[in-house]
Amino acid sequence: MALSGLEIFKLLPKTNCKECGKPTCLAFAMQLAQKKAKLEDCPHVSEDAKEKLAAAAAPPMQLVKFGNGDNEVQVGRETVLFRHEEKFYNPTVLTVTVSDKLSGEELNKRIEKINSLEFERVGQQIKVNAIAVVNESGSSEKFAAAAQSVKQGSELAMILCSDSPEAIEAAVSKTSDRVPLIASAKEDTAEQMAKISKDNKCPLVVKAPSIEALSQLSEKVKSGGVENLVLTLEDKSPRESLYNSTRMRVLSLRKVFRPLGYPTISFIQGDESEQVAAAASLICKYSNIVVVDAAEPEVILPLLTVVMNIFTDPQKPVQVEPKLYSVGEPDENSPLMFTTNFSLTYYTVESDVESSRVASYILVVDTEGTSVLTAYSGDKLNEKVVADAIKKSNVEEHIKHRKLIIPGYVAVMSGKLEETTGWEVMVGPRESATIPKYLKEVWQ
Amino acid sequence: MPIPEITESFAGKVNRLTLGATIEQGGTRTSTVTVGGAENVVYGGSTEDSGHKPVIAMDVLDSRPDDWPDVLAENYKDVMESPADWGKKCVDEFGAELICVKFDGIHPDKGNKDAEHAVKVTQDVLQAVGVPLILWGCDDDEKDNEVMPKVSEAAKGENVLLGTVTEDNYKSLTAIALADKHNLITEAPVDINISKQVNILVSDMGFPLERVISFQATGALGYGMEYSYSIQERQRLAALSGDKMMAMPVICDVGYETWRVKEARQQDAAGWGSAEKRGPIWEAVGAICLLQSGADIIRMRHPKAVEIVKNFIDNVWQ
Repeated sequence: MALSGLEIFKLLPKTNCKECGKPTCLAFAMQLAQKKAKLEDCPHVSEDAKEKLAAAAAPPMQLVKFGNGDNEVQVGRETVLFRHEEKFYNPTVLTVTVSDKLSGEELNKRIEKINSLEFERVGQQIKVNAIAVVNESGSSEKFAAAAQSVKQGSELAMILCSDSPEAIEAAVSKTSDRVPLIASAKEDTAEQMAKISKDNKCPLVVKAPSIEALSQLSEKVKSGGVENLVLTLEDKSPRESLYNSTRMRVLSLRKVFRPLGYPTISFIQGDESEQVAAAASLICKYSNIVVVDAAEPEVILPLLTVVMNIFTDPQKPVQVEPKLYSVGEPDENSPLMFTTNFSLTYYTVESDVESSRVASYILVVDTEGTSVLTAYSGDKLNEKVVADAIKKSNVEEHIKHRKLIIPGYVAVMSGKLEETTGWEVMVGPRESATIPKYLKEVWQ
Repeated sequence: MPIPEITESFAGKVNRLTLGATIEQGGTRTSTVTVGGAENVVYGGSTEDSGHKPVIAMDVLDSRPDDWPDVLAENYKDVMESPADWGKKCVDEFGAELICVKFDGIHPDKGNKDAEHAVKVTQDVLQAVGVPLILWGCDDDEKDNEVMPKVSEAAKGENVLLGTVTEDNYKSLTAIALADKHNLITEAPVDINISKQVNILVSDMGFPLERVISFQATGALGYGMEYSYSIQERQRLAALSGDKMMAMPVICDVGYETWRVKEARQQDAAGWGSAEKRGPIWEAVGAICLLQSGADIIRMRHPKAVEIVKNFIDNVWQ
């Protein structure tokens, strides 16, 4: 956690020598806290203070990357407990398992299925971004062979899961160029696993039965020279997982407790319903990598949507470009409606228009990413803004009629809008879901 | 290196509130439900700080809904004409501990049924089930003000949860809930300041804050869920900081919101997997997410989704 100006001041020489260019040491400390000055500007600062300040400046949670090329993923370096305080930075990596008990056609089918778990939502691609190869066979050869098949069959980042250093060694030797995440080093295998991790420059998961044991183990592995670590606790009930995960996040961020200052991974257990529930809750509650067995799209799509929602920047509404959009293949007689450029608003309207099967134009007006009512009450949506959008979009060249359907919630702007634009205003429904009914029954 | 202690002391906590009244308490319920009481953020501190278990309220509509997708409607096809049977099915077959009667049918655009109808539905459901009730209007101010006071009266003595009152329409329902000694839902459109304002308004009318539940408006998964999520987290933090106007338990409406989005409704969607499973999972996941941010009561619809969320709650809360 960053130090406050006063905390920094305590570490400075307090001589007010002005050599840094600031009138007092306190003023300099304040500037340092705001990152407007550099510590090097102070010629008299002690080595001890330098070390303390540097340590405090390091992010409380390590950033860890694995996978390579376009499919490299990164987790960690989070800064807050609640998304409204700032935002969550690196979206949870949703991972699906492949057992090394599978081989041949079955194995390839499973890999293909995981590769296909990619979806488009509100204009963004979301997908499963890692595959975990699990050593269920107990055999090093089978594990290495499965890892190699995954490497050949998928571009996704890989996680190699085995408690046996021999099996990990065998699998890493086939896949190290893909920078897999090695899972996991335990107390008794820590040295061997750390060596494999170090030799192959692959990040390492450390696993222990309790938070106390985990922080000791992470310290030990770190002192052995491996810094890219991911943490996990051994098989816990959903309740213990959630309470532990929360406690670890508080300790790493609020207490800057370095032995826990790493991202975490959860291996989700149970039947499909239990996995859905545990995965959804752990995405919300601080697990940076969530590994599930379920590979059905009806399970994965909602979980990816959770990641998308929770990691949206709460300070910055997601926007679409303000312009004229076509749904279906509209012609010069097709309906025209407008909505705002708040992404959620636009995509809700778009999907409802789509389901009406009436080819239409949607004119998106720039309301700085706010919804219809918010924009209207903040005067970001008025007759001038709409008239402007009509002009800029050249919509008059696309359609013959001059009828504009407006959101039901802003019916009150009809009069002024007609005056300003000369268009006939039709008041559409308040709820987007009623658009299909409206287009079929009222439009024409 | 010893693990630092996390010492957080909070000035306030979430109110505790009990719904339903047994015969000894002047009602006819065979069970009651208590919610709230959390003394920390969700999963903060120890498991004892989490307060009462969150509860699922299963929706029963006063009139047959005509826009429910088959995946949802098929669970209730034998009881949709009878709110009493519907409620009974939710309790007996799906283990509901709380029933929310939603009076959609009184809405001017959705049947425009009268107070007499609403009162009869209330009486029938009260008779059919022993669990406590939520009685939720149609969200048309004028119609709610005309009908809901009579509904409240019909449930007098039962200690129900009545909803909803908003910044612009709170007087008549607050007055009747006060007179009939019910509990009240204050609603705000995903705006924490308005939420507090409504609580102040009802409190100014003499309504006890300990009998209020907050509804911050709910976004379905993928459709604004994160807005409700963050408002609820902020409300919990405000409650813990000692803000009495924000210390009420929270209700979400995941059922209605989920079953109007295409991911839950659409049958034939290439690449989206089984439609039969997708809808219930969408509803369950939305509910589970909102539980992470501090929800005390969740309105839900699909029995399979209810089962998933109930299991989760039983696994995580003591």
